[in-house]
Amino acid sequence: MAEWKFTAKDFAQIPELFASGHRACAGCGPAIVMRLILKAARGPVIATNSTGCMEVVSTIYPYTAWRIPWIHTAFENVAANAAGIEAALKVLKKKGRLKYEHIDVIAFGGDGGTYDIGLQALSGAAERGHDFLYVLYDNEAYMNTGIQRSGGTPLGAWTTTSPAGKVIPGKTERKKPIADIMVAHEIPYVATASVSEWRDLVLKARKGMEVEGPAFLHVLAPCPRGWRHDTSKTIEIARLAVETCVFPLWEAENGEYKLSPKSKAIALKPELKKPVEEYLKTQGRFKHLFKPENKHLLEEIQKEVDRRWQKLLKQCQIS
Amino acid sequence: MAALKQEVIALNGDEAVAYAVKQCDVDVVAAYPITPQTIIVERFSEYVANGEVDTAFICVESEHSALTCCLTAAATGARAFTATASAGLALMHEILGVTSGCRAPVVMAIVNRALSAPINIHGDHSDSMAERDMGWIHIYAENSQEAYDSIIQAFRIAEHPEVLLPTLVGLDGFILSHTLENVHVLPDETVKRFVGERKLPLVRNHEGKLVPFKLDPENPITIGPLDLYDYYFEHKRQQEEAMRKAYDIIKEVHEEYAQLSGRRYGNGLVEPYRLEDAEIATVCIGSTAGTVKTVVDELREKGVKAGLLRIRVFRPLPVQDIIKWLSDKKAVAVMDRACSFGGNGGPLFHEIRHALYDLQNRPPVINYIYGLGGRDTPPYLIHHVYQNLQKIVETGRIEQLVNFIGLRE
Repeated sequence: MAEWKFTAKDFAQIPELFASGHRACAGCGPAIVMRLILKAARGPVIATNSTGCMEVVSTIYPYTAWRIPWIHTAFENVAANAAGIEAALKVLKKKGRLKYEHIDVIAFGGDGGTYDIGLQALSGAAERGHDFLYVLYDNEAYMNTGIQRSGGTPLGAWTTTSPAGKVIPGKTERKKPIADIMVAHEIPYVATASVSEWRDLVLKARKGMEVEGPAFLHVLAPCPRGWRHDTSKTIEIARLAVETCVFPLWEAENGEYKLSPKSKAIALKPELKKPVEEYLKTQGRFKHLFKPENKHLLEEIQKEVDRRWQKLLKQCQIS
Repeated sequence: MAALKQEVIALNGDEAVAYAVKQCDVDVVAAYPITPQTIIVERFSEYVANGEVDTAFICVESEHSALTCCLTAAATGARAFTATASAGLALMHEILGVTSGCRAPVVMAIVNRALSAPINIHGDHSDSMAERDMGWIHIYAENSQEAYDSIIQAFRIAEHPEVLLPTLVGLDGFILSHTLENVHVLPDETVKRFVGERKLPLVRNHEGKLVPFKLDPENPITIGPLDLYDYYFEHKRQQEEAMRKAYDIIKEVHEEYAQLSGRRYGNGLVEPYRLEDAEIATVCIGSTAGTVKTVVDELREKGVKAGLLRIRVFRPLPVQDIIKWLSDKKAVAVMDRACSFGGNGGPLFHEIRHALYDLQNRPPVINYIYGLGGRDTPPYLIHHVYQNLQKIVETGRIEQLVNFIGLRE
């Protein structure tokens, strides 16, 4: 498929399918994801959300932010929502009851709805090969219920269920490598993206829609409320996640890993890689790590980020 | 009108369901195997593999996803079917309420099976009775023939624009699901015509425009929004109203089908058996009615005025029919193949007693819990029930309101 080419001006002129006026917080990362993904649509689209912030803020009855057909059913089943829609569209087309040549199906899930409660439905839909794009908007905790830790919460982070206490200093477990798990499903397309790199994000979303079969896009989307940062810093912090290699950008087409430009630049010029502290210090959820007694944790986190980065470089065949 | 000439084929209950689904021009079937429902998905898979149907068959990874797929397929404008039992239904529980709340007219066969624990694969009604309040229409079949007929009717009922409620058809695990029976089947074309293409009602979207109720890029609507204290209650009220309307539509569809097939099950909601002049009556659901009918015949030969009211449709509860058929009886026993632990009787008992409460002269109504976990319920146990009713009529005294029958005590 030919790569989608556009200028920033072209992009600005694409109609907004995720309408303004929704109830997301100021500085909300996930709301940016919804907007950008829908702007990347190549034609008619049906979207479905798992229960979570984006479902709640976008649809308080009788209002809706969705200028496309949209459905929400429950928390753990958004991939099954997409599967049912996709199967229905296929059979209706076959029976001559669909007036469109093709409709793209997009499933949006948060980290709770993807890493944890929704993993089974996602794995099943991926295995069955439904043609849909799954977008994980990862704000690294159950933010809708008030900042509880999920399988996507990073090591050391404070949440209300992994509090920084006197004995336990925040989350003691690592972030589940969800995108690698999806690559292991041998689906045609998996990629990571950050709200800070919007062009990279929308190109990947478009590619995810274009491939035949399941595509998985993992987008890092800061949450000022849960991450404890100023609402004006969302993009800056998302960018630091990429620059420190806390959240590298890559894509895997048919299982072939490839670094995306921003992360590739770091791989080629390792001195560009910023220390992880620069990222951690921007957010209140990591504040406790900077106490003298937790110095070893900062080191541990840096080590863990380095380990994963090295692993990714190997996967991308960069040594 | 004379009924159509029909082919007679030997089918068990599960096969009868699969056969009906094959004829109903279903767009999407999503299912997960569970005993004793498995034969339904196996047979249907064969229809798909042999190109006998134009259906997308999604072999999902759980019952939760099975019903979810059906729900969203229905929301996309497709006709959708699934089948499950016991633990599978319990796993679907959350989505049962979402399906009815989204007004997705999914049809589901429940091959009634006991709930764990202890694990048991045999027939009782504890699985679907636990889903009583999830906003689904409940139809229960007495035999495989009725399972076949009910599935075909269920699509018409569920998809009726005035109803738009998911519908389940219950058939007793093993007793029906795995027992071969001669089933009269209608010609494919007749069923296809009877069921017809799915009609989509018009709904008002957020811009005030009337649009077809489906996920359609040309007329976008939002389904399943956050709905708080300012509208949720009204939407729930609409579901109750749809249930009220379903009563007449079930009757109409049943009658129209009877004209085609020559088969009738009472008025479609309740089936009275030798009840007109009966003095004592039992009430039951499902295959046990077959045994009860035999016992009624035996008692009638002895001059005992016994009768039966079989509840075919449990939701919407046919209150007026229950009143009509039971109000003048001298004693009534309700048979429950499910237990509402600590609830002073089974679910059907509660509902029948409640339906009769407002009568000035209401019959004494007692309860028998029977057949849990597939425990056999032979005629002598039913005789015992009628004997007790006769005793109540003679003495005017109820010894025990809630009774457990056919077990070690």
